[in-house]
Formats: sequence, structure tokens, C-alpha cells
Amino acid sequence: MAAAHAEPQHNTTTGIDNRKMLMWVFLASECLFFGSLISTYLIFKGDSITGPLPHDVLDIPLTSTSTFVLLMSSLTMVLAVFGAQHNRLGLMKGMLLATIVLGLAFLGFQVFEFRTFGHEGLNLTTNQFGATFFVLTGLHGTHVGVGVLYLASLLVASGRRNGLGKEVALHVDIAGLYWHFVDIVWIVIFTLIYLIP
Amino acid sequence: MATAVGTLGHTREESTVWKWMTTVDHKKIGALYLITGFTFFLVGGIEATLVRTQLAVPNGTVLDAGLYNQLFTMHALTMIFLAIMPMGAAFFNYFIPLHIGARDVAFPRLNALSYWVLLSGGLILTSSFFFGEAPNAGWFAYAPLTEKEFAPDKGLDFYTVGLFIAGLASLMSSLNFAVTIINMRAPGMTMMRLPVYMWMTLVVAFLLILSLPVITVALVQLYFDRNFGTNFFTPGAGGDPILWQHLFWVFGHPEVYVLILPSMGIVSEVLPVMSRKPLFGYTAIVMAGASIGVLGFGVWSHHMFTTGLGTVPQYVFSASTMAIGVPTGIKVFNWLGTMYGGNIKMTVATYYSIAFVALFTIGGISGVMHASPSVDGQHQDSYFVVAHIHYVLFGGAIMGIFSGLYYWFPKMTGRLLDETLGKIGFWFIFIGMNLTFFPMHFLGLAGMPRRIYTYDAGLGWETWNFVATIGVYIIVVGVALFLVNVFKTFRKPPDAGDDPWGGATLEWATTSPPPEHNFDVVPVVRDRDPVWYNRDHGIVTPEKPAHLHIHMPPPSYFPLVLGIGILLIGVGALSSLAITALGVVVVYYALWGWALEPTE
Repeated sequence: MAAAHAEPQHNTTTGIDNRKMLMWVFLASECLFFGSLISTYLIFKGDSITGPLPHDVLDIPLTSTSTFVLLMSSLTMVLAVFGAQHNRLGLMKGMLLATIVLGLAFLGFQVFEFRTFGHEGLNLTTNQFGATFFVLTGLHGTHVGVGVLYLASLLVASGRRNGLGKEVALHVDIAGLYWHFVDIVWIVIFTLIYLIP
Repeated sequence: MATAVGTLGHTREESTVWKWMTTVDHKKIGALYLITGFTFFLVGGIEATLVRTQLAVPNGTVLDAGLYNQLFTMHALTMIFLAIMPMGAAFFNYFIPLHIGARDVAFPRLNALSYWVLLSGGLILTSSFFFGEAPNAGWFAYAPLTEKEFAPDKGLDFYTVGLFIAGLASLMSSLNFAVTIINMRAPGMTMMRLPVYMWMTLVVAFLLILSLPVITVALVQLYFDRNFGTNFFTPGAGGDPILWQHLFWVFGHPEVYVLILPSMGIVSEVLPVMSRKPLFGYTAIVMAGASIGVLGFGVWSHHMFTTGLGTVPQYVFSASTMAIGVPTGIKVFNWLGTMYGGNIKMTVATYYSIAFVALFTIGGISGVMHASPSVDGQHQDSYFVVAHIHYVLFGGAIMGIFSGLYYWFPKMTGRLLDETLGKIGFWFIFIGMNLTFFPMHFLGLAGMPRRIYTYDAGLGWETWNFVATIGVYIIVVGVALFLVNVFKTFRKPPDAGDDPWGGATLEWATTSPPPEHNFDVVPVVRDRDPVWYNRDHGIVTPEKPAHLHIHMPPPSYFPLVLGIGILLIGVGALSSLAITALGVVVVYYALWGWALEPTE
């Protein structure tokens, strides 16, 4: 095992770590994924034959709050990356935890919103708005959930002896790319579904 | 301590099966892909033979209508997703690191995972025959034919789940290949010194990375329509069947280039070596490949001219479709230019490459015909279209793959395939292919629609249908001769040497088959044809150092476990939630094990 570090991973053609490049390319793929879902939403906009329609159920102040929560999680994520890069592991762990909590809070808002819509008679099968809304925001919520698990795994691993080691900054940085991407997608979704009538 | 999870000690003797199941070596994984892909090629071939047997004479009675629909659908799905793509991925796997002078791909375990997930997708799709019925709505599965109302059986759920999982595998391997080619090149291997095959691989990887998410969304929506009562594609409740067509072809047309570009890359390697000349117009051929990649995303609606898109979209997609013929034509002239004046060695690989250029050109020209909406309207859903796609996919993709098989077999096994038997086999496949698919042009123009399970006598279709069926049996003989050749070759001792063809690219600078670490000394690249450059300039490869301290990633069983988890999720999506939940647990366990497994 001693000779294991003969060819360190960072020795790449472009100088960018392979794993970081993988995340960037993966996010390119994700752009098309959400692009297709958002296109579907826009194509069916106004095509619902029966209600409830968007303006019947959307609670803009509530979702603005959850959007604010998610945006703040991007701030804490930046601070976590800063902490990891400057070897301030306490700051990093605290901010990772804060990001996880904010992410969970956003998911809580979403669960509440889905339940409320259900009580008001909107579900997947009600109309085109229901189908496109739930599939789009549901898959976005799944991405947030995966992100929470991802960050939680990093947090747990960073607590272990020999957990993340020298590469802690890299790991948190890559997770940050994913997290910010999911946030940016939400900004687009929020604007298109909630803000534009 | 650290070796406790997942990692196998180097010293312990492992059974051969276990070694293959836990391998992360790109060459072994490439071999797995090749064997799997070729097996599915035979399965798809059997399906096609049954279809053609049914159509040999009017009012055929070999198959009934239901089974016929399943067979032609599964023939297309098998050939596209489980045969041509995996065989392409097999060569990618095997030759990316060898071509760029790397020890392995960027993510060896992800590479193994891609294979196991692909196998899961293939098994799910194919197993549909044993659980009621296979998908039966054609490979592009147009809505609303695919909706619960018209397809109540499970077949199309196997379609959505199987393709979803196969797509996941392709996405993972494409991410891996893209990062490897960009980031793992040997010293001196600039982008414009990459072998053309690597350029085509890179374009294919990006095509898949950007187009697979679109079909994924469409498959999710179809799955929701069929299982959760949404109405994305059911017109009665406000849905839009044309949306499926758009989403499918935004993926489907780049997919066509995913199938053909690898073979274009193979031919671009074989022809210069066999013509003893550098490739003519390297920059042009690379740029043409890249522009095919870009334009490939802007032509999808030419599959949908008859849906009534309106005048302006028809103009736009007609123009873009004609435009994509230009880079394709550039490549054809480059291959001809490469052979022109060359001292051509007529090996079996050369035969297949020349056949590729000729047959692909025919398929390309009949393709450009469909760029005209008015012509396309006449050809839509006729056998003319079947002729066209088989000229590009069989005449193109498959001919390229056979060329690659004969060209690289000695590198992969150390043994040369028999040239005489190979040439006999080539003529069977070449003549059989043309006998099968050329008459389909006539049948299409005579009005025979595709996907009919039988036809009446007296429509003027009898002769050419019979000829086409004879052609298929000739192809079967040709493929059987290839298999005989492979088995015969494995019975003889290695005879190939390191460089039987006098190759130009780096894989010929190492032994046949290459050692696990590929190169004893990482090569330094000074030219586009590094092996030729070193030969002509008297540069000798550095001697093998006395003590090799090359660290290779250890084998791991977590890719297999993770693959099984994904298979369980897929099976659960077709049966019960409990199995899905079990799959999620397995995936989560495998991810943790994966993350904590020491790789050094």
C-alpha cells in the first residue's frame, strides 16, 4: 500500500481533477433533463380542461419563503466550500450541516405544498397542470433529496478518522457544484411556474 | 483494515468467473461488452430472420400478427441498444486508453458499473418475451398506441424500464469516456493529434450525454401515463401524442449518429493503415465529425414531416437535414482520398471498410432524399425507409464493426483471424446484405408499407420479398462463418505479433494482448501517427524498466452489487414496490461501500 501514491490523481491533461470534470459534464446532461421537463410544462400550459388551475392553488408567499430558504442554502454551501479550502474544518462541518437543514426545510415546504394541493383536489391525474407540475417539481425535489444525502454522507465521512483526508476540499467543492445547480434550476422553475402568470 | 471491504487481496487466488465479475480493467470490460453485444446481435438476427421468413411469400403463416409486432420491435431495440451500441462501447472501452496512451479509463469502477447496468437493461428488455408479451409498438413507440388503453399488457412497461436502465448505462459510460479523452492523454497527445477514432468517440459521448436525458424524460412520462394515470400523451384528456414524437426524435436522431460515428472512426483508422498513407484531410474529417454532432441536434423533425408541422418548420428542418449531408460527404471524399494512390493491402478489414464507404454512401443518399418533405411524404412508413436505415445501420455501422473486429482481433487476442475464411464470409455478408435490403427500395416505391405482418398475392411484391428473404439466409451463413473463424482462431497458438498490420496508432506500440497496465513506459507523442513517426525518425521505445512499480486499481465487487441494486429497482418498477425498496437499499449499501473502498 505504501507505493500507492506513485501516480496522483491530480496529474491530468487539463489540470482539472477527473471527478470535478465528471460533475461538470454530468450537469450539462442535467440541463437537458430539466430542459425537457420544463418544456413539457410550458407546452401544456393553459391546456388543462378541468381545474384546479395554477392561480387557484399556487401560494406565492409560501413558495417565495421556501425559495428564499433554498437560496440561503447556496450561501451556506459556498461557506462550506470556503471552510474546506482554507482548512477550517469546523466552519465546513457547521455550514454543511446548515445546508442540509435548509435543504430539508425546502423539502418540508414541498411536502406541505403537495399535500395542500392534494386537499384542494389537484393530483397527477386531475389535469395537464397537475401532471406536469408534480412530475417537474417532484423530480426537482428528488434532486434536492439526493443532494441532502450526498452532503450528509460527506459530513459523516469528514467525521471519520482518515475520512476525506487531503481531498476534503475537492469533495466539498464538487458537491457544491451539484447543489448550486439544483438551486439554479429551482430559480428557473419558480420564475416560470409561480411568477409568470 | 482498509482492505476489509470490497477489495480483493492481490495474492489470493480467485476463480476465473469471480475475476471477470469484479474486474475494473478496461480491456476485460471491453471484452465483456463485445461478447454481450455480439450475443445480442445474434438474438436480433434471429428475430430478423423470423420476420423475413414470415414475409417470404404472400399470406405467410409462420408468425401471427401479435408475435410479428413484438419481433420487429424487439429486433430494432435489440440491434440498436443491445448490439450496435454495446459493440461500439466495447471498442471504446478497449481502445480509448490504448489510443491516448493511458493506463485505464478515468473511472474504472464506473466503467464496470456501466457494463453491469447495460446487461440489466438488456435482460429486462429481452425477458419481456417470457412475461406475457414483448414491446410491440415499433422501436419509436408512438403514442397513443403505447397508452394503457391500446396496449394493456406489460410489454411497453418493459420498454420504458429496459430503455431507462440501458440509457443510464450509456450515460455513465459516456461521462467516463468524455472525461478520459479530455483529461487522461499521454504527454504530447494534443487534441489535434488524437486518432480520428478518439474524436468520433468524443463526439458520440457528448451526443449521448446531451440526448439521453431527453428520452429519459419521455420514458418517465410514458411510464407515468401507463402506471399513474397522467395524460401526457393521451389526446382525449388534453395530452399530446406529437410531444412524444418530438422528445423521442430529439434523442432519436442524435442516436442515429451515435450508431454510425464509431464505425466512421474505425474506418478512419483501418483505411490509412491498409493504404500505407496518413489519413487524407485529418482536420477536415475531425471538423466534419464535430459538425455532424452539432447539426445532429437540429434535424429531428425530419422524422415528423407528415405530422403537419407547418411550412416554416418544414423549411428549417429540410434545410438542416440537407446541411448535415455536407460533412458526411466530406468524410466520404476523405476516405477515398486516403485510398487514392495508396499501396492498399487487401485484408478482410480493408474489404469491410471499403464496403462501409460504398454502402453507407447509398444509405446516405437515400437519407438526403428524405430531407425533402414532399418526397418524404411519399416514402413515410414504406419499405423505402426500411431500406434506407438498413443501408446506414447494416451497410454502415455493422460493416464498420466487422472491419474493427478483423483489424483489432489480433491486438485483443494475439491471434490473427483466418483471412481466407474471412473473405468468404465477407462476400456472403456483403451479397446477402445487398440482396436483402436493395429490393426494399423497390418494394417501398411499389407501395409496400413497413410493419405489415402479411400481404396478399398479386400486388407485385412477391418477387422482391422472396429475394430479400433469401438474402437474410445468406447473411446468416456469413455470420456463422465469422463465428467458425473465431472458434478456429482460438484453437491455434498466438501468431499475430505486436503489430501485424504496421499500424500508426499507439495500441500497436504495446504487446498483443496488452499487459494490464497497457504500456510499460507511458509513450511520448510527437505526431498524429506516433508509431510511424517513431519508426521513420528512428526513435526507439524506452526499454522496460527492471522494476515496474505501476499501480493499477484493484478489482472490486461493488460495481456488480450496485448493478444488481439497479436491476432490482427495475424489476420492482415492473412488479412490486417491495422489490424496488430492496433495490434502493442495495444501491445505498453499494454506494457507501464504493465510496469507502480504498482504490490505491
